Amino acid sequence: MATEDGKIPDSSAPEGTAPGDSVPGATVPAKAAPAESPQDVQAADVALDTAGGLHEPSLVPVSSQSGDVGHKQGNVLQQIMMGSGFVSILAVVVALVLGGLLIASTDSDVARTAGYFFGRPSDFLGALWSAMTSSYVALFQGAVFNPRQGFLPLLETMTVATPLICAALGVALAFRAGLFNIGAQGQVIISATAAAYAGFAWHLPSVVHLIVVIVMGIVGGAIWGAIAGVLKARTGAHEVIVTIMLNYIALFFLDFLLNTPAFRRPGENTPISPRIDESAAYPPLIPGSRLHFGFIVVVLLTIAVWWLLNRSTIGFEFRAVGANPAAARTAGVKVPLAMILAMAFAGALAGFGGVAQVAGTEKVLTGGIAAQIGFDSITVALLGRSTPWGTFFAGLLFGAFRAGAVQMQIQTGTPIDIVLVVQSLIVLFIAAPPLIRSIFGLNPGRKKNKPARPARRSAVATATGGAK
Amino acid sequence: MSAATTAPRPPASGSAIATAERPPLKVPIALSTLSLIALVFFGLLGPGQTAEMRISDPGDAWMLPDLLIPGQAGGIVLGVLLLAMAAYSVYLWTRGERSPKWLPIVFTAVFVFALLVWIVAGARQPSISLAGLIAGSVTLAVPLVFGSLSGVLCERVGVINIAIEGQLLGGAFTAALVATITGSPYIGLLAAAGAGALVSMVLAVFSIKYLVNQIIVGVVLNVLVSGLTGFLFGTLMVPNKAQFNTPGRLDILPIPLLADIPIIGPILFRQSIAGYLMYIAVAVVWFALFKTRWGLRVRAVGEHPQAADTLGVNVNATRFWNVTLGGAIAGIGGAIFTLVTIDSFTKEISGGRGFIALAALIFGRWNPIGAFLASLLFGFAYNLQSILGIIGTPVPSQFMAMLPYLVTIFAVAGVVGRSRPPAASGIPYVKG
Repeated sequence: MATEDGKIPDSSAPEGTAPGDSVPGATVPAKAAPAESPQDVQAADVALDTAGGLHEPSLVPVSSQSGDVGHKQGNVLQQIMMGSGFVSILAVVVALVLGGLLIASTDSDVARTAGYFFGRPSDFLGALWSAMTSSYVALFQGAVFNPRQGFLPLLETMTVATPLICAALGVALAFRAGLFNIGAQGQVIISATAAAYAGFAWHLPSVVHLIVVIVMGIVGGAIWGAIAGVLKARTGAHEVIVTIMLNYIALFFLDFLLNTPAFRRPGENTPISPRIDESAAYPPLIPGSRLHFGFIVVVLLTIAVWWLLNRSTIGFEFRAVGANPAAARTAGVKVPLAMILAMAFAGALAGFGGVAQVAGTEKVLTGGIAAQIGFDSITVALLGRSTPWGTFFAGLLFGAFRAGAVQMQIQTGTPIDIVLVVQSLIVLFIAAPPLIRSIFGLNPGRKKNKPARPARRSAVATATGGAK
Repeated sequence: MSAATTAPRPPASGSAIATAERPPLKVPIALSTLSLIALVFFGLLGPGQTAEMRISDPGDAWMLPDLLIPGQAGGIVLGVLLLAMAAYSVYLWTRGERSPKWLPIVFTAVFVFALLVWIVAGARQPSISLAGLIAGSVTLAVPLVFGSLSGVLCERVGVINIAIEGQLLGGAFTAALVATITGSPYIGLLAAAGAGALVSMVLAVFSIKYLVNQIIVGVVLNVLVSGLTGFLFGTLMVPNKAQFNTPGRLDILPIPLLADIPIIGPILFRQSIAGYLMYIAVAVVWFALFKTRWGLRVRAVGEHPQAADTLGVNVNATRFWNVTLGGAIAGIGGAIFTLVTIDSFTKEISGGRGFIALAALIFGRWNPIGAFLASLLFGFAYNLQSILGIIGTPVPSQFMAMLPYLVTIFAVAGVVGRSRPPAASGIPYVKG
């Protein structure tokens, strides 16, 4: 294993000079090279991801993990157009347009003007445009800037994004280790419960109290995450199933606790806990907004996760296990231990999200403390392609959706659920780059490569070093 | 059944031979532990009251006397019975034989009954209607059965279906919408199947054509359907309830005479068309999967797609149509929410039932009949949870609600017998 350069050796990927790869230099014009069609690229990637169909595809495509995976992509312009960043932006645009069409389709003005579309199409198009844009303008005003409040909404966006990014970092970390952590919701719930209990039941001096609350939250989340890791490592129980079940168990457990005297606020009939002490809360960052110190913690966490994944031994082991468990085992990585640790780390990161909710935003524990954070965090991590900074910015984007949607519903009456539609469409499109490229006609060489079948086969052969 | 399921699969029959020499100790140990728990907690430490279980409703044709079970004595008797079954299992193990398949099922049924006696006898008001409890459980289990059948069809062909929740929700919404617009719940039922199939087709296209990780597609589809139905509910149904959200109900079609049999009459013979469809679907899916040529091909694709391809089965087409069929079945299950249980759609009406269906599918070991029985058990847990609140028991209802999920974790972790998914489940097939 070539470990000195910090790259994961993809099981059998040649480093760009495989037999059959006719282009030694990358700067040869696309015309001269038998340009690989997107299908070839995709087939090659899949062959790598599944080790030729032996195991499930990696959650993070090999192509985005490290280095060259053995296929060339045309010229510079093409590289930009095929690049994942550009496709991500296109995916967001397409999803927003589709969401806008959905909004317009239920708009009464649009329906009315469609009735005399052939008489005066301009009316219809105007109504269509205003229906599509007015909701998004309201969304933007609620999430970033409006003349009345200035940039105050942006601070709210950052507040909403704080727990989301924490949980999404956890999901992303687990992805990189090849584990699908759907359990962020449960991990947030358990950590919020533990943190809140430390916050209202114990009375400690100022800084110490906050630290104790944070530690309680992290430990709670880490334990909840590690359960799935241990079961996966010891018995092979699929972590997706276990984490889904743990989400519900956590939800009912919280519901149970909130109905016990230890957690129920005295003299209250609804299940709500006492407020946590002032000493247990994150200090506010900017007066007049809800933004709290937790956001600084998130930035530090993002840096920490980046360092962990890219610069530390354990992060390297995580990625090795994620890319190819068998190869990692051969290279001496303790795969079960890495799985357990990855899930515990993921839980701990989600735990920061629970702490941010309790000690930062809400200050009390309720049944809905985790809101949709855990579920949103999965889409955030997918949008961020499981990289720490990608996740950070994806979290800000989805935080903006969440924060702005409230304003949108008030102003235009568009239900908040449109945000879910847009979010899920974004992730669907990003997950299938060939789809988004074909929408924009960005599939070069498709027509030239009419006999796609033999080409694909050779591409797969190239990518797997000729081993079929 | 066991011979039919294992015979065509070389790996499975091979392991059966291997384990014949050394049968696993898991089942005897699990049964012994559970029976001791039952004997000690339900029996020796059992409640002193007498549990009263009403079997007949006052309006029934044949009246049966109420079942009166003293809490402590009943617990001891049932505990001893459970212990005897555990002992039989241990005895079989010492002779090097596996426990027969019916043993865990009967054991579970008796254990659940002992649990029920313990709960009822310990309640403030130790009286429940057994008939109502069972009928309610079946009613709650119907969407679960359809959902888990969808999962069986998808996973048997090698596609993981996390989107059951989305298929149920999509079916529920479409059923309400179409039934209101057309004025016929039956057309609504058909449309629900179409909607479920549509959700499934998206899953199939993304996972088969674009080779996206199936779990990712499933998770995202659930969010998408939840968002779409929530949005359309808010913009269409809330302002115009009469126009878009008054579907009416499917008629209950009792079968004369048979419907009057106590307990099993209402369950089997006093159902809506969807209820009868459920029994038919379970039988048909089981027969088709294990007794027909089509089923053999489907299972081959799910276990070893390369081999199936070599023998001329079109792997990806088989997968596509199976996943679509599964979605249609789940869609019918979703229609139950809006056409049978209540007669209108509300946001998130499926309420996580798709994930319980997933749990039932795993607990039922990817077998239609197993999934059916597991769905019944989970439906029972669901129903008991609401009844617990009414009769006032010492057991918090939240723990009852957790039960299906806990049981599933134990099942996948192999504590009570190993659940093994089809070998190629989750792996896309790239020819070449």
